Amino acid sequence: MLTYIGRRIVLAIFTVWAVSVLAFAIIQLPPGDYITSYIAQMAVTGSIVSEQEAENLRIQYGLDQPVYVQYLKWMAMISRGDFGMSMEWRRPVTEVIGDRLLLTVVVSFAALLLTWILALPIGIYSAVRQYSFGDYVFTFVGFIGLAVPNFLLALVILYLGFVLFGANIGGLFSPEYQEAPWSLAKGWDLLKHLPIPALILGLAGTAQQIRIMRANLLDEQRKPYVVTARAKGLPEFRVILKYPVRVALNPFASTIGYLFPYIVSGSIIVSLVLSLPTVGPLLLKALIAQDMFLAGTIVLMLGVMTVIGTLISDIILVWIDPRIRLEDT
Amino acid sequence: MAEPPRSLAPAPSPAPGRTVSAEERIFVASQWQLMWWRFRKHRLAMVSGVVTIGFYLTVLAADFLAYADPHASEAQRSLMPPQPIHWFEGWRFRPHVYGVKGYRDPTTFRRVYQTDPTHKIPIRFLARGFEYKFLGLMAMNRHLIGVDEGLDAAQTIFLLGTDLQGRDLWSRLMYATRISMTIGLVGVTLSLFLGVLLGGISGFYGGVADTLIQRLIEVLRSIPTIPLWMGLAAALPRDWSILQIYFAITIIISLLGWTELARVVRGRFLALREEDFVISARLVGCSEMRIIFVHMVPSFMSHIIAATTLALPAMIISETALSFLGLGLRPPAISWGVLLQQAQNIQTVAISPWLMLAALPVIVAVLAFNFLGDGLRDAADPYGH
Repeated sequence: MLTYIGRRIVLAIFTVWAVSVLAFAIIQLPPGDYITSYIAQMAVTGSIVSEQEAENLRIQYGLDQPVYVQYLKWMAMISRGDFGMSMEWRRPVTEVIGDRLLLTVVVSFAALLLTWILALPIGIYSAVRQYSFGDYVFTFVGFIGLAVPNFLLALVILYLGFVLFGANIGGLFSPEYQEAPWSLAKGWDLLKHLPIPALILGLAGTAQQIRIMRANLLDEQRKPYVVTARAKGLPEFRVILKYPVRVALNPFASTIGYLFPYIVSGSIIVSLVLSLPTVGPLLLKALIAQDMFLAGTIVLMLGVMTVIGTLISDIILVWIDPRIRLEDT
Repeated sequence: MAEPPRSLAPAPSPAPGRTVSAEERIFVASQWQLMWWRFRKHRLAMVSGVVTIGFYLTVLAADFLAYADPHASEAQRSLMPPQPIHWFEGWRFRPHVYGVKGYRDPTTFRRVYQTDPTHKIPIRFLARGFEYKFLGLMAMNRHLIGVDEGLDAAQTIFLLGTDLQGRDLWSRLMYATRISMTIGLVGVTLSLFLGVLLGGISGFYGGVADTLIQRLIEVLRSIPTIPLWMGLAAALPRDWSILQIYFAITIIISLLGWTELARVVRGRFLALREEDFVISARLVGCSEMRIIFVHMVPSFMSHIIAATTLALPAMIISETALSFLGLGLRPPAISWGVLLQQAQNIQTVAISPWLMLAALPVIVAVLAFNFLGDGLRDAADPYGH
C-alpha cells in the first residue's frame, strides 16, 4: 500500500511540474513580454519609459536571459510566495485572487459531493428496479445531463429563473454579504446559494456515475452470493445494501479521480455564466487583457489543486479497495 | 466516416427458389455484414445515424438552406422575434409569414415589433437569392426558400428571428453548422492520428515506451483542460485570419483530446498481440509494419471508428465553449459558440430568448454522436454475445 501511495505521490509531483511548465508557456506565448506591456500601460497614463529604463527593467526581471533561466526564476519567485504583479490591477497577484481560489474549491467540492449523494441512491434504485418507470426517467435525465454542456445548462436555468421567478439566481452571495468579511451569516448565505451551481456542475458527472453504479450492481446482483443471502432469508434491503452494493462501490469510487479535474474545468466556464466569484471570470479577463502573471498563476493553482484532489481520491480508493493494495506489493 | 464502408449495403436476401435459414446466413456473412445487422438492431443508434447524416448534409448545403446573407446586418431589424410559417391560406396550400412592423418604444427606447396579419409575405420555394458556389463548384443563386424578388427590405422572412445586428439567425445557424461540425471532424482526425500513433507504440512495444506514454496520459488527464485551452487560445495572435484561427483551435483541442483514443488503441493492441494470427504472421516473417497495418489494424478498425464517434462530441463542445468565451473563433467567423456568445448576457436573453436556439443543434449533435457511438461500439464486436 505504501509503495502504491509513494508512486502516486511521485506522479503527482511530476504532474505539478508539467502544469508549471504549461503555465509558464502560457505566460511566455503572447508576443512581447512583461516590459512591453508595462511600457504600453505607462504610455496610456502619459509617462514615457526610455530605452535605457526598459533595458534596466528587463535585466531586473531577468528577461534578457534564456527561457529556462526565466522559468527557474519564476519558480524561485513562487517558492518565496511571490507570484508577481498583476498588470491590470496593479496589485500583487495573490491579493487579486484573494479568496476566489477557496470559493472555486468550495463550489467544485460541493458539486462532487452532490454527485455522490445523488448518484449512489439513484444508481441503486435503477439497478434494483430495472426497466421501471423511475429507471427510464433517470436514464433519460442522465442522457440529457451527459449531452448538454454545463454552460448551456447554466444559461437555460438562469433564463428559467429569470422568467419564472423574476430573479437573478446567479452568484454565490446575497448582495448584502458580497463585500462583507467572513462570518457565520456569510457562510450560511453561501450554503444557500451553493445548490444551483453545484447541481449544474455535477449533473454530467452524476449521470455518468448513475450509469456506472447501475451497470456494476446489475452485474453483481446475479452472482450466487446474493442468491445465498436471499435464500438465507435476509430482508431484501439488507441483501442489497450489505453485499452487492459494497462490491459495486469500488469501480464507482475509482472514477472520482477523473471526475474532479473535469468538475474544476467546468466550474471555470459555468462561473462566467452564473457570475460566481471564483477564479473563472478572473482568468478570462486576465487572458483577454494579456495579464500573464495573473493568468499563469491561476492556471498553475488550478492544476495543483486538481492534482491534490486526485491524489486524495487515489488514497481513498486504496483504502477501500484491498485489491489495489495487493496488485502493487 | 461514421459508417463502415460496406455496411450500407442491404442485407442479402435469400436466393429465390432456395430457402436459406437465418442461421446459415450468419455463417457465410462477412464481418461488416454481421456488424451492420447488429447495428440495425440498435434503434436509437439508427435514428442518430440518420440525424448525423442530416447534419453533414447541412454542412454541404448550408448556403442552399440559408436564404439570407449571414453577414448582412440591418439596424432596423435588430432583435426581431421569429416569424412562424402559416402553411395554408383558407384551404389552399400557400405558405406565408405575416409582415412585421418595427418601431422604437418612446419610453424604453427598445425596438418593438408588431405582426400585421393583413400583410402576407408569400414564401417561394427554390427562390432566387444571394450568389454562392454550391459545393464550392457551381455558381448558384437558388435557395430552398425565399421571398419574391424585388421586394423591399421590410418584406423579408426571419424564420428564427434576428440577432442584435439584425442578421438572420436561421441563415447564420446553417453556416455555423458548417464550421462547428467540420471543426469536430478535423480535430478528431488529428487526435486520431496522435492516439493511434502513441497508443499503438504503447501497446505494441510495451516496456519503457508504454510506461512513459501511460504516465503522460495520466498527467494530461489530471489537468483541468478548460483553463489550459483558454490560455493557449488566448495566446493566438489577434491578426490571424479565420482559417489560421480555425486550424489553431482544432490543434489546441486535439492536443489534449487524444488520450481516450490512445487508451482504446493500446487496449486493442495488448489484446491482439497474443492472438494466434498475429503470432503466426510473426513466425512467417512478416515485417512489423505489415503485421500492424495488414493484420492488426483491420481487426480493430471498427473499435477505432466507434471510439472516434464517441470522441466527436467532446470536440464540438470544446469549440463551442471556447468560442462562447470569446477565445475561440471570433466574428466574422460563424460557429455555434459564436452565435451563443450573444446569449451570454441574461438581460438580452430574457428579452429575446430565441438567441438561445443555437444551443439546440449543439445538444442534438452531441446526443446523436453519443448514441451512434454506443451503437457502433456494440456492433464493433459482432462475435460477442
